[in-house]
Amino acid sequence: MIHSLFLINSAGDIFLEKHWKSVVSRSVCDYFFEAQEKAVDVENVPPVIPTPHHYLISIYQDKVFFVAVIQTEVPPLFVIEFLHRVVAMFRDYFGECSEAAIKENVVTVYELLEEMLDNGFPLATESNILKELIRPPTILRSVVNSITGSSNVGETLPTGQLSIVPWRRAEVKYTNNEAYFDVVEEIDAILDKSGSTVFAEIQGVIDASIKLSGMPDLTLSFMNPRLLDDVSFHPCVRFKRWESERVLSFIPPDGNFRLMDYHVGSQNLVAIPVYVNHNINFKESGSSGRFDVTVGLKQTMGKSVEGVIMTVHMPKVVLNMNLTPTQGTYTYDPVTKILTWDIGKINPQKIPNLKGVICLQSGAPKPEENPNLNIQFRIQQLAISGIKVNRLDMFGEKYKPFKGVKYVTKAGKFQVRT
Amino acid sequence: MTDSKYFTTTKKGEIFELKAELNSDKKEKKKEAVKKVIASMTVGKDVSALFPDVVNCMQTDNLELKKLVYLYLMNYAKSQPDMAIMAVNTFVKDCEDPNPLIRALAVRTMGCIRVDKITEYLCEPLRKCLKDEDPYVRKTAAVCVAKLHDINAQLVEDQGFLDTLKDLISDSNPMVVANAVAALSEIAESHPNSNLLDLNPQSINKLLTALNECTEWGQIFILDCLANYTPRDDRESQSICERVTPRLSHANSAVVLSAVKVLMKFMEMLPKDLDYYGTLLKKLAPPLVTLLSAEPELQYVALRNINLIVQKRPEILKHEMKVFFVKYNDPIYIKLEKLDIMIRLASQANIAQVLAELKEYATEVDVDFVRKAVRAIGRCAIKVEQSAERCVSTLLDLIQTKVNYVVQEAIVVIKDIFRKYPNKYESVIATLCENLDSLDEPEARAAMIWIVGEYAERIDNADELLESFLEGFHDESTQVQLQLLTAIVKLFLKKPTETQELVQQVLSLATQDSDNPDLRDRGYIYWRLLSTDPVAAKEVVLAEKPLISEETDLIEPTLLDELICHIGTLASVYHKPPNAFVEGSRGVQHKRLPPRTGSNESPESPELAQPAAAQPVDQPPAVIPSQGDLLGDLLNLDLGPPTSGGTPAITSAMQMGAMDLLGGGLDSLVMQGGAGGRQETGFGGPAVMPSSLNAPVGGGLGDLFDLGSGVGMPTGSYVVPKTVWLPAMKAKGLEISGTFARRMGTIQMDVTFTNKAMQIMTDFAIQFNRNSFGLSPAAPLQLATPLSPNQTIEVSLPLSTVGPVMKMDPLNNLQVAVKNNIDVFYFSSLYPINILFVEDGKMERQVFLATWKDIPSDNEAQFQIKDCHLNSDAVSNKLQSNNIFTIAKRNVEGQDMLYQSMKLTNGIWILAELRIQPGSPNFTLSLKCRAPEISQFVLQSYEAVLKN
Repeated sequence: MIHSLFLINSAGDIFLEKHWKSVVSRSVCDYFFEAQEKAVDVENVPPVIPTPHHYLISIYQDKVFFVAVIQTEVPPLFVIEFLHRVVAMFRDYFGECSEAAIKENVVTVYELLEEMLDNGFPLATESNILKELIRPPTILRSVVNSITGSSNVGETLPTGQLSIVPWRRAEVKYTNNEAYFDVVEEIDAILDKSGSTVFAEIQGVIDASIKLSGMPDLTLSFMNPRLLDDVSFHPCVRFKRWESERVLSFIPPDGNFRLMDYHVGSQNLVAIPVYVNHNINFKESGSSGRFDVTVGLKQTMGKSVEGVIMTVHMPKVVLNMNLTPTQGTYTYDPVTKILTWDIGKINPQKIPNLKGVICLQSGAPKPEENPNLNIQFRIQQLAISGIKVNRLDMFGEKYKPFKGVKYVTKAGKFQVRT
Repeated sequence: MTDSKYFTTTKKGEIFELKAELNSDKKEKKKEAVKKVIASMTVGKDVSALFPDVVNCMQTDNLELKKLVYLYLMNYAKSQPDMAIMAVNTFVKDCEDPNPLIRALAVRTMGCIRVDKITEYLCEPLRKCLKDEDPYVRKTAAVCVAKLHDINAQLVEDQGFLDTLKDLISDSNPMVVANAVAALSEIAESHPNSNLLDLNPQSINKLLTALNECTEWGQIFILDCLANYTPRDDRESQSICERVTPRLSHANSAVVLSAVKVLMKFMEMLPKDLDYYGTLLKKLAPPLVTLLSAEPELQYVALRNINLIVQKRPEILKHEMKVFFVKYNDPIYIKLEKLDIMIRLASQANIAQVLAELKEYATEVDVDFVRKAVRAIGRCAIKVEQSAERCVSTLLDLIQTKVNYVVQEAIVVIKDIFRKYPNKYESVIATLCENLDSLDEPEARAAMIWIVGEYAERIDNADELLESFLEGFHDESTQVQLQLLTAIVKLFLKKPTETQELVQQVLSLATQDSDNPDLRDRGYIYWRLLSTDPVAAKEVVLAEKPLISEETDLIEPTLLDELICHIGTLASVYHKPPNAFVEGSRGVQHKRLPPRTGSNESPESPELAQPAAAQPVDQPPAVIPSQGDLLGDLLNLDLGPPTSGGTPAITSAMQMGAMDLLGGGLDSLVMQGGAGGRQETGFGGPAVMPSSLNAPVGGGLGDLFDLGSGVGMPTGSYVVPKTVWLPAMKAKGLEISGTFARRMGTIQMDVTFTNKAMQIMTDFAIQFNRNSFGLSPAAPLQLATPLSPNQTIEVSLPLSTVGPVMKMDPLNNLQVAVKNNIDVFYFSSLYPINILFVEDGKMERQVFLATWKDIPSDNEAQFQIKDCHLNSDAVSNKLQSNNIFTIAKRNVEGQDMLYQSMKLTNGIWILAELRIQPGSPNFTLSLKCRAPEISQFVLQSYEAVLKN
């Protein structure tokens, strides 16, 4: 199982290490550094690196590498999932999981890691349980603790550990009982030169924020559950009910959690809300080129598209760009070669356009590759797949909760080839 | 208030300050001090000097302080074992605490203190905790057994903890079950045969029940454990599948992949016409697709596994091609994997889409990716015949871009397309020739030269083109030189009139000015062919080439099946069997897919129960140099490949000046060079023999194998002197030499390990590949001490013949893998067949006669043994000590006839008739055996024994 964990910052310093079995020397990370050097780009470091005696499995988050060391055959996904869980827990506790945040809270981090794994086996990875064992640091609590001398660590056995609903703590009490759901859909798409869809799919999630007293048993039903044929659920969802009735029946964890992930696949038709007209060319001889891009609206189901940002990774030889936007602002970073055009909200009457001249390095050959356009956008109050929540029922408790569902559609990896 | 304050230091000396604070009376101050100590520890500072002071803080009712002290203890107990004992009493006391959290914490921490002295004190509290009323304590205790086992395995067994752990599989609490399974699985890894996880329908049922209720991590443990079970029949298999499928919708990708493993394995048992089989196939696709929308690291592992799944069951994902389309900002390791899977899924139905994508990728920035994309286009052409034309035109478009590496890559794949579809796309040759000058990579140059040579008759200026390459012949890489040689010979055979000069030039460049043995050998062979029989030369050089296969780099089916059983593991990421690389898992069982119901193979076949020690290493890289095969094939000789490829000795006869190729010069060369070799080695011309074989001149073929150097043993069986099997330069400084012997009825491999590296070598282990006679190590390789630099250790490894069998070529080839702390190394060696002659190989006279008649005369092989100056009695004795038994001796017309028998370890009898003419050094040996291919090797043994 997981032997050790090293946290490494982008400068290559190991700033935290934790061993769950015998101590593994830091020098094992040299193999990691070697691979990192080879990969040049941090994103390209392979996630599994073999060394003579160990395997290093790493993830990269918030400019920190989380490198797990294993010695025996362990499912790599198990390790990667666990590392992501650690990251999520740090975010939950400290708001972010940057090097600074981890260093600020190093003792809590250490306590957390100790609580999450025992002998390399996961012990408590549910935020509800951990928070009962180790209280998250807040300014108020620190002050209270230092006055009263009470401690950060729970004295009792966390109730969730043993119940059949380990994700929920007992005796939850709220004065305002609320259950809110966010249906968030991201469109991953590749559009080709002519604007037709090469590939498009929707990654959806339903995030819940549940603040309900006692042991509520919820049932969430959809208007059109047929759309959901590829789903993965939080452990709290009763799979049998889903199989037979296509409703989500669950006793929720307390607080924020992801109820389900779903995926509307490439088999279904996916509506593409925006189109891009582009004309980017480089002159054969001279040291310049033309850039002319228009972003317009297509299938938006009558909703407005906002937060539109276009980023383009220009070829290396592009020195600078001299452009005029009809809307929004643009920046070009000559070091990273990234052009960013922040458009904002698209007005269907006035289609935004960005056009101008590309300055190339003189004497350099005409770039071979065509830059890809990366589009971000957001559409409020719309789930592009058409999924709709029908109703939410609560059993097991008597009070009437506030309920609400919000929809939002965003661009995921939305790429336009030129 | 944050924890960073714990890092502030003072001038006085940190340790000193901390010591004072730790011994403070105030609780709060103590706690702060311990926190400072822990903070220092996390960043790797040595605070072990504070051990007694910290341990003193342990007896407290403050849980946080206790936990912090425990954290410290776990880290430093090892370096301060005597001090750590001080903590034992507190642990024992805490294990009795009314609060289950404290009991669990104590048992958990105790297990992490890796000090032998303490483990003894641990047993009693652990035993209590394993039976604790609180499941939280029981589940913690289960893990503690695994910890303890890691520290002291014997203790765990003696104390009977393993049985208690097994009982916990039936525990009422699913979390306890999951942890027990996890602990047992981990212990089982170091105990291959212990049968710890005794899976039967009852225990499976319990696991399946627990599966629904335990945590996500527990589900992974249980699923991985389930995957080791072999259901009794298809009904059981189906019912397990039905209960596992809901796991495919789990949010944790590791759970999903483990479930996929179980399903992929058990599906194998379901009849294909079953409705459920189809349903299951359909259910597998969505979760696999979903894995691809996760973080890149997860995607990578998923893709590696999907690569296996599409090879095993392409139907699952055949409609999902699009999800493998590459996004320009995917990490490179994802891009390359996706591309690989795209090609595997490419079919007539989707080829247009795939090609359009590949063309798009070929204009990307990343060079590695672009190259692979271009190569992929070629693979599509070869795989989907209907698309070949489109692929070729796409490649031509790409060549027009004139991007150097794209052009080169395109030419390499076009060569393969020509191989696959001969005489179809030659019209593009002109375009290719235009790019001749821009090729600077050997592979592309070689491909281009191959094309020019192959289609020389259609290229008007083929001679000019090839001549242009010839100018810098010596600067080219071997690959290009070999291609150029062949291409020019092809050209000569096609257009003999105008290219005579060119071919002579290349032959002399290859044979005289080169010190590369491959090149020189090929040069000589062509030269001789051309000079002796140009028609034959034509037949050989311009022979029809075998078609290349459709699918490239598929994983070998048995390995694929094994990897399917290991889905989701490191093995599946590396596409290697787990025993080939994972340290500490020597005990991994060789997993097989279960047989489909109705097949004859019983699931309890003995091979399934084989310990891993006898497991073969699949697909070791061939160490045998290929020129041996080439020679053998070309000259149709049964010449086994030489054991190592040294530089060939050059005889003076070969140093001739430029001579008229078609004149008598070559013939004279043949005469000179072949004078000694012709009758012995069977082929004349340049007698190229590996010089590393110290065979006496005239030793004949047998010596090639037996390496007789005249140091025979006076009595006992003949043992070939040790030869170098693995030179140090190929094995990171480890030199292995050795030989085989039969002593007192057991086969032994005598091995000498020499460490020529600068570092100490440890952890040696050895494995054999499957071989013709099932040779396998009968005991693990034991080197008493680590091998320090320049040290030599000799070991005799007993071998058994009960290992897995696979026919090798040559028959007596043994492929061996030796592992040490540095790496795994592979080599091949040839063993003399006489080590397989068993002691009870003496046949009854009557039986002999009957058997001799019984074996068809087709199976008889006759050989001459030359230059043997022994009389018949001496021969008998010598052979007898090698378990070749003389049954009868007759004298017919002044000749001594010896009738002999021997038996191989696998029960095959070999009958022999040896005719000795007194006064003549030449014997005639007739061999009869039901497996005639063995005769040749028996002859070698005869020669080796008789001449030493």
